Amino acid sequence: MKILKHLPFLLLLPTLFGQPIRLLADDIQVAVAANFSAPMELIATEFEKATSHRALLTFGSTGKFYTQIQHGAPFEILLAADARTPEKLVAEGAALADSRFTYAIGRLVLWSLNPDLVDAQGAILAEGGFKHLAIASPRLAPYGAAAIETLTRLGLLEMVRSRFVQGENISQTYQFVASGNAELGFVAKSQVYTAGKLNKGSGWLVPAELHNPIRQDAVLLNRGKDNPAAASLMKYLTSDSARAVIEAYGYALPPVSPR
Amino acid sequence: MESILSPSDLGAITLTLKLASVTTLLLLLIGTPIAWWLARTTSLWRGPVSALVALPLVLPPTVLGFYLLVSLGPNGPLGQLTQALGLGLLPFTFAGLVVGSVLYSMPFVIQPLQNAFSVIGEGPLEAAATLRASPLDRFFTVVLPLARPGFLTAIILGFAHTVGEFGVVLMIGGNIPDETRVISVQIYDHVEALEYTQAHWLSAGMLLFSFLVLLLLYSFNPAKPPR
Repeated sequence: MKILKHLPFLLLLPTLFGQPIRLLADDIQVAVAANFSAPMELIATEFEKATSHRALLTFGSTGKFYTQIQHGAPFEILLAADARTPEKLVAEGAALADSRFTYAIGRLVLWSLNPDLVDAQGAILAEGGFKHLAIASPRLAPYGAAAIETLTRLGLLEMVRSRFVQGENISQTYQFVASGNAELGFVAKSQVYTAGKLNKGSGWLVPAELHNPIRQDAVLLNRGKDNPAAASLMKYLTSDSARAVIEAYGYALPPVSPR
Repeated sequence: MESILSPSDLGAITLTLKLASVTTLLLLLIGTPIAWWLARTTSLWRGPVSALVALPLVLPPTVLGFYLLVSLGPNGPLGQLTQALGLGLLPFTFAGLVVGSVLYSMPFVIQPLQNAFSVIGEGPLEAAATLRASPLDRFFTVVLPLARPGFLTAIILGFAHTVGEFGVVLMIGGNIPDETRVISVQIYDHVEALEYTQAHWLSAGMLLFSFLVLLLLYSFNPAKPPR
């Protein structure tokens, strides 16, 4: 009975122990493009170990983040799926111009769950033999726009257009293919490659010259300008350990270190 | 009109109305017997069936959509069934959206019907039976007229709720023009693409529609003064 009387205080004890660390550590609100979710989770974990700052990650489509940031969303950093959105935010004064840099360059893969469907040259696109081709919405997602560019260069766009099913973002596009509902689709390399190899199914790594590079830029937003932890995360993204993670997930890296 | 709504907006509106009509009709056919049974049974199954019917009220549509996408897919149990029946796969088709909408709007049709049937009670039915009305006759000449407000509520709510559906369609639709791109998805697309003007027109239309529907509903079912 006696211990029960002190229960409220006992419950507060852990917060006392946690306090000294939390005083030095800050939280950073980070908006992360859906295609970069897996590597970013890893990077955030390593970042927290190294600095004890905690990156709170929100995943979604870059277009939605743009709208939310315009309307006062509390994000401090945006890791976009494109270069255009950070550029626009800088132009509108919502982000810091000199903070912008390319943290990863995306690659497109034509992918199927069926291990025998997609050949090494992507000839299946011309041959047919599929009912649905999943792409990310080209209006909303850079990976979708890159898929359209690729099909246009190959001269196949009109042929396959009627078989498109569109995901709102690249995660949903992946879902359509991974559940087998679409026989194949254009997804991000980061979604289907682990350690330089396809983790399942069959795929064609779309040659980089078939579409404009999918440059993914990071930018420090106005809300994060006075948070040293946010600046420190921006810097960490260009560190060797972060770059190694990014590369391991199938992204290319900008040739020269941005800073 | 053309300047305000693009052909693809109009396509989305037509498709949404078609989806809501087909769904409501199907739900009346499926829901009426279920509601009748729920209103009158004393079986132990009453609880579990009621809970199942009410599930879409509390489940996030994404849960329903996700399970539909997986189970209706080529590797899912329902997908294998529809393929074996020669129906092909349902995701990314209008028929798939109908299946999703029927599940999603089910409580909105069944619950008003069930309430209406419960209120009727045994009296009128027993009276009709003494006049030698057959069970079917009793249903059509006694139950249906007495339950008319319940049917109106069910139709209006079922239709309106399907028009407002978003999460399920997003998960299993694939955003195909004139097949699965309904108004709510079209609005979402406009907003994401920063086309706020178009988004405003469609959203305002939805707002007005929803208000009118509810106005209709509450005008048909005014609070009755105690007799």
